[in-house]
Amino acid sequence: MRMFKDFTKGLWAENPTFRLLIGLCPVLGVTTSVVNGVSMGVATTFVLVCSSLIISLLKKVIPSGVRIPAYIVLISTFVTIVELVMKAFMPDIHSVLGVFIPLIAVNCIVLGRAEAYASKMPVIWSGFDALGMGLGFTWALVLLSSIRELLGEGKLLGYSVLGDGFTPWKIMGQAPGAFITLGLLLGLMNLIPIMINKFKSKSSKAE
Amino acid sequence: MELFLIFLGAAFVNNFVLVRFLGICPFIGVSTKFETSIGMGLATTFVMVVASTVTWLIQHFILAPFGIEYLQTVAFILTIASLVQLVEMFLHKASPALYRALGIYLPLITTNCAILGMAVLLAQGSYNLGESIIFAIGAGVGFSLALIILAAIREELEFADIPKPLRGAAIAFIIAGILALAFKGFEGLV
Repeated sequence: MRMFKDFTKGLWAENPTFRLLIGLCPVLGVTTSVVNGVSMGVATTFVLVCSSLIISLLKKVIPSGVRIPAYIVLISTFVTIVELVMKAFMPDIHSVLGVFIPLIAVNCIVLGRAEAYASKMPVIWSGFDALGMGLGFTWALVLLSSIRELLGEGKLLGYSVLGDGFTPWKIMGQAPGAFITLGLLLGLMNLIPIMINKFKSKSSKAE
Repeated sequence: MELFLIFLGAAFVNNFVLVRFLGICPFIGVSTKFETSIGMGLATTFVMVVASTVTWLIQHFILAPFGIEYLQTVAFILTIASLVQLVEMFLHKASPALYRALGIYLPLITTNCAILGMAVLLAQGSYNLGESIIFAIGAGVGFSLALIILAAIREELEFADIPKPLRGAAIAFIIAGILALAFKGFEGLV
């Protein structure tokens, strides 16, 4: 039960992108197409889960005075692994994601989970916590990149969806489109709880 | 002239925040007050200049000669983290006034991806030491400029009647989008 709760809180209640507003650089930077968004999400999730597991295992060994440098070295080691694997097997995606792959090392989500959760909690809980956060981050990337790819190129996953008659909104593929779409999505995510509360209070009045 | 173009390119044409999407967390998080945004901008620019020098030296005298470029991420992030600590200790001793003004922003800068991003971009490029420092100054000025503009607009927004779901970060992102649109005007300048 506890594990389930740890897992699901990253998906909605403490979603890193829409609720905690951390780790936003890749959210804006790589979401020009769904493929890029998913690859970034998977890469970050891998780093997040591995570093959380190791840090949770080592929490008694690492002295608290030097814990932040120790975490940073652990995290950037996993980032280097991801970078080398991507360079070897997925060179196209590696060149598109570019500078954002080494930047996973300074993504606030990873260090935040290490400091706030993995450094205190048992290994398995930390793993589920990290997995939930990673998937929460991934679905945010997928949502944003689907909107941007659909409106910016009229495509989804590289397949033409909106037909030839559609004029692509060039701006969606560029920086202003990223900022404005994320702003509107954040507004939408804030609107949903407000609407649910309104609906609940109305139905309780009707009773 | 060449150096001036590098500066213009880093500060405006490829603005770190509004075009390259680096340093978004402080851009949204520290832009609610005009004064704090100036402090954060100055501190970031300062660390960028120091970090660009040190990471350039590490890249060209340690990583490249020994063929261990794959350790780049680990080496750079450790350097930046310890550098920020050193700068903090040095300022504390040497210039208490500056420390009071910038001190609280320094720990935040370690995880500011604009610094590591700049170091990695410089390592990929072919700039010499002088050009790297100019690039870092440009990057810092561009970051500060975007941060200060957003903070000034957000201070005015306190009195605006914004729809409830859009309050806070959401409206800040929409403003940032409009700013990014304005910065597109610099495209093709260099």
